Amino acid sequence: MAEGKKIRVLAAKPGLDGHDRGIKVLASALMDAGMEVIYTGLRQTPAQIVEAAIEEGVDVIAMSILSGAHDYHFPKVMELLKERGIEDILVLGGGIIPDEDIPKLKEVGIAEIFGPGTNTQDVVNFIKEHVEKKRRQMSSA
Amino acid sequence: MGNTGYLDAIQKELDRWTEEVSEKIKKHPERRPEFINTSGISIKRLYTPIDFSGEAYLDELGFPGEYPFARGVQPTMYRGRYWTMRQYAGFATAEESNRRYKFLLDQGQTGLSVAFDLPTQIGYDSDHEMAIGEVGKVGVAIDSLKDMETLFNGIPLDKVSTSMTINAPAAVLLAMYIAVAEQQGVSSDKLRGTIQNDILKEYSSRGTYIFPPKPSMRIITDIFSYCAEHVPLWNTISISGYHIREAGSTAVQEVAFTLANGIAYVGAAINAGLDVDKFAPRLSFFFNAHLDFFEEVAKYRAARRLWAKIMKERFGAKNPRSMMIRFHTQTAGCTLTAQQPMNNIVRVAFQAMSAVLGGTQSLHTNSMDEALCLPSEQAVQVALRTQQLIAYETGVADTVDPMGGSYYVESLTRQIYERANEYIQKIEDMGGAVSAIERGYIQKEIQESAYRYQKEIESGERIVVGVNRFQVDEEKPTNLLRVDPAVRVAQIEKLRALKEERDEQKVKDTLGRLREAAQGTENLMPPILEAVKAYATLGEICDVLREVFGEYQPSTSLA
Repeated sequence: MAEGKKIRVLAAKPGLDGHDRGIKVLASALMDAGMEVIYTGLRQTPAQIVEAAIEEGVDVIAMSILSGAHDYHFPKVMELLKERGIEDILVLGGGIIPDEDIPKLKEVGIAEIFGPGTNTQDVVNFIKEHVEKKRRQMSSA
Repeated sequence: MGNTGYLDAIQKELDRWTEEVSEKIKKHPERRPEFINTSGISIKRLYTPIDFSGEAYLDELGFPGEYPFARGVQPTMYRGRYWTMRQYAGFATAEESNRRYKFLLDQGQTGLSVAFDLPTQIGYDSDHEMAIGEVGKVGVAIDSLKDMETLFNGIPLDKVSTSMTINAPAAVLLAMYIAVAEQQGVSSDKLRGTIQNDILKEYSSRGTYIFPPKPSMRIITDIFSYCAEHVPLWNTISISGYHIREAGSTAVQEVAFTLANGIAYVGAAINAGLDVDKFAPRLSFFFNAHLDFFEEVAKYRAARRLWAKIMKERFGAKNPRSMMIRFHTQTAGCTLTAQQPMNNIVRVAFQAMSAVLGGTQSLHTNSMDEALCLPSEQAVQVALRTQQLIAYETGVADTVDPMGGSYYVESLTRQIYERANEYIQKIEDMGGAVSAIERGYIQKEIQESAYRYQKEIESGERIVVGVNRFQVDEEKPTNLLRVDPAVRVAQIEKLRALKEERDEQKVKDTLGRLREAAQGTENLMPPILEAVKAYATLGEICDVLREVFGEYQPSTSLA
């Protein structure tokens, strides 16, 4: 990174879903790419996730759901971030997310959805690119 | 000995052949410098009688239906009766799931397998705050005996066997099943089926735990003891490697961690004063059918032999039924791809074939669309037909253990057995599965394997057809099966109506009795059954137990 500051990521499991293979594999890949990763563990409410993100001062929230409950939890997290006036955190979603749901999730501010078969390097690159851009915007603003 | 001479001759010829081949491959190298399966076993170019000469036949394999059961748990296997074809199903409301069960039974399915939604699996009623967004999503929502009555409406419980994927609140759902049967005039000694009831793999791999390990183990041994007396044909637990594998373990780890959990349950039951030959015959198992065909076949055979030895030698079981691994298999959900989903039909067929050649007692074949959404009726039908094709058309079910005697499969069986046994010893040295899980050892091992597997895919070392090779541009399918969020509203309304019409005093009394039992040492099943019959809800019953037992607090450290 140009700024030299490590990218901090909150890896989060909202809702009751217990499938954590994907989020943990991603967390390992992000750490190997030099990022700091905080994992929330299972069964987090959107409020807990937003609270943790603020407390940890993260650049990115990466959420994963395979139970189909993304349609409730993902927008709820965005709503709470907005309520708190937070706009500089990059929010990503992953899991079993039907294509037809993606436009709605992007509309509420989820930057990208990564489905099954995603290469973790694609996520690494996406995060680096967008966090750098956000940091540049913030420092010039 | 004559056999030694014969092996010497083979060894001599093998050396000559190997040398000649080594010359040839200098010009035409093999695809890889080394071939290694997920278990880390290096696969040789060729297997011969040197690898399995048959001298160990009686010790290692024996005969089907006899110790050490390597070749199968029944003497005639599928020549007598095919495996049970059992598709895991359930979604939305009890009404809708009841319709799906009747469809599956009409299609020739031979057993039911109930999928519960996450709030049910974690002991929350549909109106709980944590249930928002989850009601009816990955399975059917069951809040009270009322829902269970609807779920099995018109399905005679003395005729079907029913498997229920339920763990932390297994006692409650089993009690509901017993109560529904009673209403149908079927006594509990006639009921056949399985509850998963395997909490240890929930802590390490699947995530639907409620209570801490100690009280959880007590609930499980209470179920063992109650069923031995009142529900004797019921499989009281399904000790599951399936989810351990789905979470990313290797085949060897799947066997090792599953059997280590099994040892913990048997040990706990014996410590609770139960006679091993009373409860052990009702223990059942659940394995994954993954991609590496021969590794999988060998895995089932190795697991059978290893468990038989543990039960006989370590726990002193006398009844051969206590030594048998009777197991259900499901094809590996984690191998399904969202890309070119039709390819999944073929993946599932190979995986299912490995389970049949490995001697499974029942089988679930995944539907092609499961990397995208809940399975559609058409996709479920193809999945079930896949099993019927294997059974009725391929001829593989006509002899017992057809892979037995394959030099390769026997060699793999032996190596998986040995490696799994080493792992189990290591876990025993840590104080057993419960402390290995509490220390995060099992989780860390699984996580490392999962990450290694992913890195192999990303480096191109491991090919996933349609994902990192042979990709096409494709339109993602639309019109996927999804659960209407109105299901939650409907469930909440049903709960409200139930609470109006039931006898509140009776609910209060039965829950009070349950609390006393939980605080003491008496068996929890009778008071749970009483509470269920008084129409106390699943959430109310679990809340009483939460108050007494507390809740499990997992560690969130990353490896």
